[in-house]
Amino acid sequence: MQSTPVVEVKNLNLYYGLTQALFNINLSFERNKATALIGPSGCGKSTFLRTLNRMNDLIPGVQIQGDIQVNGNNIYHSNTDIVHLRKNVGMVFQRPNPFPMSIYDNVAYGLRIHGLKDRKKIDQIVEQSLQKAALWNEVKDRLHTPAKGLSGGQQQRLVIARVLAVEPEIILMDEPTSALDPISTASVEELIQELKQNYTVIIVTHNMQQAARASDYTAFFLNGEVVEYGATDLLFTSPKNKRTEDYITGRFG
Amino acid sequence: MRQRNWRTEGFGRGITLFCAAILILITLSIVYFIASKGLSTFFLNGVSLTEFLTGTTWNPDADPGKFGALPFIMGSFLVTVGAALLAAPLGIGAAIFMVEIQPGWGQKILQPVVELLVGIPSVVYGFVGLSVIVPFLRNNVGGLGFSLLAGILVLTVMILPTVTSLSTDAIRRVPRDLKEASLALGATRWQTIWKIIILRSSLPGLLMAIIMGMARAFGEALAVQMVIGNTPLVPKSLLEPANTLTSAITLNMGNTIAGSAYNNALWSMGLLLLLMTFVFILLIRYVGRKGQM
Repeated sequence: MQSTPVVEVKNLNLYYGLTQALFNINLSFERNKATALIGPSGCGKSTFLRTLNRMNDLIPGVQIQGDIQVNGNNIYHSNTDIVHLRKNVGMVFQRPNPFPMSIYDNVAYGLRIHGLKDRKKIDQIVEQSLQKAALWNEVKDRLHTPAKGLSGGQQQRLVIARVLAVEPEIILMDEPTSALDPISTASVEELIQELKQNYTVIIVTHNMQQAARASDYTAFFLNGEVVEYGATDLLFTSPKNKRTEDYITGRFG
Repeated sequence: MRQRNWRTEGFGRGITLFCAAILILITLSIVYFIASKGLSTFFLNGVSLTEFLTGTTWNPDADPGKFGALPFIMGSFLVTVGAALLAAPLGIGAAIFMVEIQPGWGQKILQPVVELLVGIPSVVYGFVGLSVIVPFLRNNVGGLGFSLLAGILVLTVMILPTVTSLSTDAIRRVPRDLKEASLALGATRWQTIWKIIILRSSLPGLLMAIIMGMARAFGEALAVQMVIGNTPLVPKSLLEPANTLTSAITLNMGNTIAGSAYNNALWSMGLLLLLMTFVFILLIRYVGRKGQM
């Protein structure tokens, strides 16, 4: 654990109105590793994930205390450029949500909104991104057909390609396979393995095997607190905390 | 028990079938009635269809009568298109504000305002137009005041609630997922509204809203008639008076003798209105089906 963390969270508290949803979270995420956030429904994992690219800003009444640094910059500082932050910290959602456009336009969307107009350059990045998302071979002959025509797993990989196109450093994934069948899930998990070589991946999952298979580090959330955080193989084989053990052995959750 | 079930079943089925049959019968007979009256202009009175559709002289009382209805047709189309052009940006803009920008008080204030606008009777719109818009145009812009423009303005206000509330529904139906995906890619709120919500997801719904507004504008008689001036001439500018199919019918129907060529010509106008309504319905269906894909 010698490399510098790319994301560092210090004393994070989050409130929805008067209810507190996150309690004093301290976590740091290492560059080019995959970290899984596990825990029962409603324990705050997704809420936490959404603080990292400030998607919680969209929900009225959310209050945040504490410090989240990405590359050493506090992202909740008043002069943070949210557009730049979200470009750097990409997000993949629970259900595949391609835009109602062609496959090509989906991937090109992020490039275009950030002002890229050069056709050739866009073509090139679209191809690269689809290749990185392991989707190029399946769609190269129908780039201009509607994205809705793809299968669920393909759609989710398309969404990942869309995120990769804007060249983020960090990719947040909020239960990216929970709406997919086992085969599609396998294809997306394989992709996560590939991605973590070049990106920092933080993935929320309900699926314990997925956390064990796909991640280097795991954080166990319970009732808005981080109960345990450590290397995935250690946390799953010899959890230090009783509640972690109970959860991963399936005694609750 | 089974017997009784069958009886109540049969009874309910009978009543609802009766209601449905009545509805269909009424619609069909109205269509038949209008069509037979409207077509007799051409078959009985020997008016040529081309004259009716393209002629610009309307003087049915003359001998031989002139039945050029183009001024009315043009008037109806111009006020409808004009009102749609004004109401579409206003209505869609208000809908975006209500759903995306200020869902809280935007909805609390705009929703009742829109509902109120729907509830105002058309004669009141016409009266307001007559006592506010017409003198305003006369004093500030020129002309008589009674004009195509006055008709367009009154109709704009009348169809604004239709366009706004249907646009609101269309924009509200855009999945939250898509908005979030766009924002998470670093799009600004305005980029998201424009590129995802308006141009993509809700486009069919928004078109539907505009078409519904146009259908209402096309069929409106009273309010337009009060401000448009009712001259049977094709207007050369927005400030000239004009006339529409609907106001020609309402103004003249009572003064003509049933069965006369004049009377039948008015029915032909009615038939034209009916056909246009069919076109609007077909458009709405077509756009609606596109939206489901």
